[in-house]
Amino acid sequence: MVTALLRVACLAGGLSLVGAAAEARPERVVSVNLCTDQLALMLAAPRQVISVSYLAQDPLLSVMRERALDIPVNHASAEEVFLLRPDLVLAGATTPPEALRLLRRLGVPVEVFPPETSFQDIRDNLLRMGRALDREARAEAVLAQFDADLAALQDHPADPPSAVLYAANGYVAGDESLAGAMLAAAGYRNLASDFGIRHGGNLPLEELALAQPDLVVVSERNPGHARAEEMLDHPALRHLLERQSREVISDRDWACGTPHVLRAVADLRALRTGEKLPK
Amino acid sequence: MSRNPNYSLLLTGLGALCLALFAASVLIGPAAIRPGDSLRALSGQGPEMLQLVMRQIRLPRALLALMVGAALGMSGAVMQGFLRNPLAEPGLVGTSASAALGAVLAIQLGLAASFPLALPLAALAGALGSVVLVLLLAGPRGGTMALILAGLAISALAGAATALVLNLSPNPYAASEIIFWMLGSLSDRSMLHVWIAAPFIICGAALLFPTGRGLDALTLGEDAAAASGIDLRQLRLMLVAGTAAMIGGATAVAGTIGFVGLVVPHVLRHAVGARPSRLIAASALGGGAMVLAADIAVRLIAPERDLKLGVLTSIVGAPFFLHLILKTRRLEW
Repeated sequence: MVTALLRVACLAGGLSLVGAAAEARPERVVSVNLCTDQLALMLAAPRQVISVSYLAQDPLLSVMRERALDIPVNHASAEEVFLLRPDLVLAGATTPPEALRLLRRLGVPVEVFPPETSFQDIRDNLLRMGRALDREARAEAVLAQFDADLAALQDHPADPPSAVLYAANGYVAGDESLAGAMLAAAGYRNLASDFGIRHGGNLPLEELALAQPDLVVVSERNPGHARAEEMLDHPALRHLLERQSREVISDRDWACGTPHVLRAVADLRALRTGEKLPK
Repeated sequence: MSRNPNYSLLLTGLGALCLALFAASVLIGPAAIRPGDSLRALSGQGPEMLQLVMRQIRLPRALLALMVGAALGMSGAVMQGFLRNPLAEPGLVGTSASAALGAVLAIQLGLAASFPLALPLAALAGALGSVVLVLLLAGPRGGTMALILAGLAISALAGAATALVLNLSPNPYAASEIIFWMLGSLSDRSMLHVWIAAPFIICGAALLFPTGRGLDALTLGEDAAAASGIDLRQLRLMLVAGTAAMIGGATAVAGTIGFVGLVVPHVLRHAVGARPSRLIAASALGGGAMVLAADIAVRLIAPERDLKLGVLTSIVGAPFFLHLILKTRRLEW
């Protein structure tokens, strides 16, 4: 009854909503979150995604930038998204819930993807995205490749070196985060657990300096200036970084839970074993 | 200036307090380090990383707390003496907020990255503008109302402009830094920040110390001061330049820390016999002690939260401010 009323209301407004058959492949998919942008672009058929978030075109954040450049961008506002007449909206857990509630009230199907905090979450979200886009075969293929790549990378050194991901404001990633899983997969021991940090938290610079980790992965600088990132230039941190053979930056490969995290894992592993990475 | 034993005793006491708090500030931190090891590392002995922590993280923090506090206390004492109004204070009259705007502009426009002195210079320019504006709007004869309202307007405008600049920054962290510029913090500062702020604060102090004699004469009124050979224009010039340099240097590295310049002179006024010249030195030491204590407190209360300094100074200072308003209201109306 409600659905019927809504459909009448939309028709009266001159909007022809596709989606009478719920099982049909969505043809006008709008993604409003950087991470769903990238997963969707990896799996979608050509022209199935009609808009991605503006961040998908950011070279610092997006691994799917080249694909995203041809697609109109949105800024996750309900009005802008609704006017695109989507038959599916892909959102992340951090998307403003007001916008999503409004879209749902207007009868737009919304699929919210939880953030990935482990490799298993990446697998789950890949398959879920495949189902949402009706591209399950493609999702299975990407997943099989991901599992094969991960298996090839993983080894467990007897005496793993210590590592820590240190980001703006002194934020470190714990074991129960995706970055933590990446460090572990590359054969490192996450220093965060020594300080009782499980998911993520702030670690004062002096504690980091005194712990002397073998590897500090620093976060990528954003354009413009922020005091939060100023501490990444602190002489004490620079001193730690100078002891490493090279700097490792948590770049766009780290930003979202996509199969591209394995590129970062391979890079970390190469640093540990001293082997050269094939370009 | 006669050698008053009580006054010397007060300065000695405040100096000792600063010294004790300075030592505590260096010895207290998130990493538990034994005091003996800390002091050895500070003097350049012991493990390299420990030396780095003591000399590059804890020492600059304590030095900055002392310098910034001294700048705020001294500026407050001089402003109150010159305007002959106990409510004048760099935070309340908008000097700190304007200095913060100057600093934020220098940082976001990239000037600070191209040459380091641009940061305190821009903050100084902001502070200078607001001091001149307040003197024009409220004037040496202006009442409390005019002073506070002018300060409120300048603070609001500078605060809004600061927020605007930070919101327009392409950096996702910039907008959350509005809170730093509003409430101030000394966490994760390095020696670089000490070298940036120190010359400005020292120059400011050199300009403000000699104003004491003039301010003493001014307590008797402008005519009496002029009759005793005080050049009021020169006095005003030194005051404007000195406060701007001090607040500019302090705010550029620590953000705005409110109420220190209000509370410290107020607490010490009776102890120095209400003589502005004596209040200047006493307030410098008192301000240093207050900011050192506040900075130790934020680390003890919430060690990993980077609690802002202004939170504590305002909790202490705002009730003082209300108390002073009530007091001056009784006198004025």
